[in-house]
Amino acid sequence: MDVKKIKNGLLTFISIMIGILWLTPLVWLIGTAFSEPSFRMSFFPNTRFTFQNIKYVWNAIPFAQYYINTLTIVAVTFCIQFVTSTLAAYALAVLDFRGKTLVFAVIFMQIIIPNDVLITPNFMTLSELGLVDTKIGIMLPFLGSALAIFLLRQVFKGIPRALSEAAMIDGASIWQTIWRVYMPCAKSAYVSFAVISVSYHWNNYLWPLIVTNSPQNRTLTVGLAIFAKSKEANMQWANVCAATFIIILPLLIAFFIMQKQFMNSFVSAGIKE
Amino acid sequence: MKDANKKQSRFNSKKELTAWALMAPALFFMLIFTVYPIFRSCYLSLTKYQLGMAEPEFIGLKNYVTLFKNPLFYKIMKNTIVFGLMTVIPSMASGLGLALLVNRKTKGVGFMRTAYFYPVVMPMIAVASVWMFIYMAKNGLFDQLLITFGLKPMNVLSNKKTVLPAMAVMYVWKEAGYLMIFFLSGLQNISEDVMEAATLDGAKPFTLFRKIILPLLGPTFLFVSTIAFTNCFKLVDHVVIMTEGAPNNASTMLLYYIYQQGFTNFNYGLSSALTVIMLALLLVVSLPRFISQDKKIHYN
Repeated sequence: MDVKKIKNGLLTFISIMIGILWLTPLVWLIGTAFSEPSFRMSFFPNTRFTFQNIKYVWNAIPFAQYYINTLTIVAVTFCIQFVTSTLAAYALAVLDFRGKTLVFAVIFMQIIIPNDVLITPNFMTLSELGLVDTKIGIMLPFLGSALAIFLLRQVFKGIPRALSEAAMIDGASIWQTIWRVYMPCAKSAYVSFAVISVSYHWNNYLWPLIVTNSPQNRTLTVGLAIFAKSKEANMQWANVCAATFIIILPLLIAFFIMQKQFMNSFVSAGIKE
Repeated sequence: MKDANKKQSRFNSKKELTAWALMAPALFFMLIFTVYPIFRSCYLSLTKYQLGMAEPEFIGLKNYVTLFKNPLFYKIMKNTIVFGLMTVIPSMASGLGLALLVNRKTKGVGFMRTAYFYPVVMPMIAVASVWMFIYMAKNGLFDQLLITFGLKPMNVLSNKKTVLPAMAVMYVWKEAGYLMIFFLSGLQNISEDVMEAATLDGAKPFTLFRKIILPLLGPTFLFVSTIAFTNCFKLVDHVVIMTEGAPNNASTMLLYYIYQQGFTNFNYGLSSALTVIMLALLLVVSLPRFISQDKKIHYN
């Protein structure tokens, strides 16, 4: 019995040590963001606490604009995905139609081949549409989401058809059935997808980098990368850490508050078939 | 009864129209930004198409020949696959290890899960910006640590031998928590009765792990490997931030090369040929997904 206790304690000790190791970069990042700039990097903050770095980068980079851009892109993308995937998931889960297999093939294609690798042809399409350097251009490739359709269809399929048939007989239209019967049952799937979609678009970099070339449309990640690679940021770790802190803060806070929800969402999004 | 319903609805054209109308918005975007670009890449890969050309010009397999003759192409493919193995295997192993550690009923498990998982919600751009300072020459935390122990500073990002392992360490730190949650959900699906029965029969923890946990996690391993490889191939943000492929293309990955050819050299033909190769690579790493599906059916 005692051996078991010791073993358990040892495992706990190991996992706490790993946890501390894992937290190290974040702790260093935050410590540095709020320390005075120095010529020697140190692990523990050894200067006074200061808001100077945050203040400096907030004025040096149009962060307010970037925040608005990222927020707009994240919110609009999710809202449109919400509508398109709800309708598609309903069709796939409840209705029978010819060509369903073909639709599944398309969905499967997007799951195997993420849009992230199709940058060259998608950029061509975008420039033919005249949508280069626009927010809508950043959003377009993601507005039909195979992942969201899959997640919602799974839930919709579990809802007995008798329920929707009863609603229809009572005179409810297809919209009312979706709105009153299907959507309320799928609340947790919607939350899961919201978490995935928001974190993906908040963090996405390569595609927004390719699409944008003006501050009016740049996202936070693109803005951070430009700053981190600029000459004035060279050796200025305090400033880069401050800038990084500014862009990771909202998502990180959301995660620390709802960590269970985040992890469940990522699991359900991974196991999509 | 159900069959009869099905038949009826199959020929109910109004219902079919409704279904397609509901499908249309999502399908529209998927066709234009997933299906069409796949076929378009295949076609453009057979053409010469560069900056200043109005129309692509058909040249057959010449782009592929150019690539296959270029030693740089092999180097990049090697980097991509080596980096894939360097990150996927350790992050799967650590993901499983972490899952075993937090799949216990002890105090502090919530804190541990949070600590392991939080890098997942950070953008790679931010992670790479921070790790760049950790790896910075002489002044960086890693080199200072080496100096403290009386070793020589290594400047890992500038050395062609150490640049990929250094990036891999960062990548595993970011990814392990993500894979952990899949193993965790796999572990929690193993019924307690099985474990208890085995323990009562006197199975040692290691035997338990090897004979029961590992085989039952089989399907989890398969799809986690697909997710991990796909993630690794589609993410090159750290290359943009940390090295831009330096030193001497030692850290250039396939997607970064696609980006360079398409958006720095404006050689769309070559970039498309590379995209097709990327598609093939993604198909290969997705195979376990199909196998795991078969398995699931088998177990049911």
